[in-house]
Amino acid sequence: MPSIDPQGGAIISFDGVSKIFPSRSESAEVVAVDNIDLEVPEGAIVGVIGRSGAGKSTLIRLINGLEQPTTGHVHVDGLDIGALDERALRQARRSIGMIFQHFNLLSSRTAFDNIALPLEIAGYVRKDIPGIVEPLLDMVGLSDKRDRYPAELSGGQKQRVGIARALATKPKVLLSDEATSALDPETTSQILTLLKQINAELNLTILFITHEMSVVKKLADRVAVMEGGRIVEQGTTYEIFANPRHETTKKFVGSVTGGNVPDWLRDKLKPDYQPGRSAVLRIAFTGADADQPVLSRLTRGYGVDFNILHGQVETVAGHPFGTLIVSVAADPDLLGKLIGELTQSRNTVEHLGYVA
Amino acid sequence: MSPELLQLIAWSTLDTLTMVALAGVFGTLFGLPLGIFLATSRANELFPAPTANRLLGLVVNATRSTPFIILVVAIVPLTRLIAGTSIGTRAAVVPLTIAAIPFIARVIEGAIREVDQGLVEAARAFGASPLQIVQKVLLPEALPAVTLALTLATVSLIGYSAMVGAVGGGGLGDLGIRYGYQRFMPEVMATVVIVLIVLVQGVQSLGDLISRRLDKRNRNS
Repeated sequence: MPSIDPQGGAIISFDGVSKIFPSRSESAEVVAVDNIDLEVPEGAIVGVIGRSGAGKSTLIRLINGLEQPTTGHVHVDGLDIGALDERALRQARRSIGMIFQHFNLLSSRTAFDNIALPLEIAGYVRKDIPGIVEPLLDMVGLSDKRDRYPAELSGGQKQRVGIARALATKPKVLLSDEATSALDPETTSQILTLLKQINAELNLTILFITHEMSVVKKLADRVAVMEGGRIVEQGTTYEIFANPRHETTKKFVGSVTGGNVPDWLRDKLKPDYQPGRSAVLRIAFTGADADQPVLSRLTRGYGVDFNILHGQVETVAGHPFGTLIVSVAADPDLLGKLIGELTQSRNTVEHLGYVA
Repeated sequence: MSPELLQLIAWSTLDTLTMVALAGVFGTLFGLPLGIFLATSRANELFPAPTANRLLGLVVNATRSTPFIILVVAIVPLTRLIAGTSIGTRAAVVPLTIAAIPFIARVIEGAIREVDQGLVEAARAFGASPLQIVQKVLLPEALPAVTLALTLATVSLIGYSAMVGAVGGGGLGDLGIRYGYQRFMPEVMATVVIVLIVLVQGVQSLGDLISRRLDKRNRNS
């Protein structure tokens, strides 16, 4: 597990933060962010996942002051963002980089000039700019596209320019607003690798929002799950995957671990036991047991057969992690014993129902 | 056509060009800032001043709804104040400019409002001030559209300039009315129309060319 010292000081912290958008005309006001507490340790990669409308866009915009909190405080590197005046806020934003879903590059500027933009804004002398921009172009692998306009670049290349631009003023924090949501899976994977590499090389703290659990799985050390403006669950990525508690979290986790019940099976599931029906279990293998032959041990010990219906084994945050959906011909008595055995070895087991 | 007439047409063309150029320059000088202000001063925009925005919007609309020929006559005192005289080509520049300002302001407002708001958000996120956002994001990104807008304004000014003969403004329109219509010389009228067509075509083609050169959004097509 990545070593995150909770005492190591949070570079971003939310203390009881709410954001309420006032109603237009007489319709109800909108509570976009509802009493949130969140700490982002320095050097960590933290993901905030939620469906659209969960409040994650507002959450990320509270960090660089594009939105001001209605109540509570957002601190970034010791500064209370909501308490800054315009000038101080603009100064603070220079140490908070941001990348966007639709890249937001200036169509009238080349890759080089787009990366130079934040430097021009910050008042750098013109002759100092190439010395900063060229290494960044090199870092994101676009030295040969230096003089290309965004219209001549692919989506992945545009996002690379966006990343280089966000890093130009040497920020301590990088905010990523659905940065890979407009990209195909392969390009997404390359961009995520680049972000991880930047995090490791520059010790840059990254906070990203996404609606895709696969992005969380590949990128995040820690994850917070948002629903209706609240953080309903948070923890290390491994904890969240191994033991999701909230319904929303379970759905998100299931979407990438094969834990979601396939449609053909869901249609056949019956709630009650009858002789001849098999029990259906969802087993998440976690921690040390993920590589143990648990099922075959049970088969030998109890003389039962497991039929694997659906499943997947993969790596989450550097640990093996598996989910299996199995059916087993067992009456309620035997089933209780099997579940007991399975749970003992630190797996999570869920009884989904019976199939004929 | 006699050499005198040809010379008259040449002088009139020059008069028209002078009036249009001066009114275009002065109109842009005032219309551009006004257009920027109109595009950025509603509530929650870069320079929020909703009341001033609404008031200026009303003035702009009022000026634009006044028929040009009436505007020319109505502002004669103002023309005399600015140009020192109320007749002649120099005087005609004043009503042309007054008509051009709100027109240019509106088309520039439109061009700026077309700029993707995501770019404004990105610039704010990098710590840009509202003025920097206008300078470094809105104007450069809107430039191709602004060029087309100014081309449109110039073409409209060529049309307007034909009416300033009413106050002794000279130019091609005036020549067409006095010689082509009142003295019934159809060959003069035809020449005037042809010269105007050539002028408008030339301005439009030049504007299109510059705008295309400036537009980097479709490099491959």
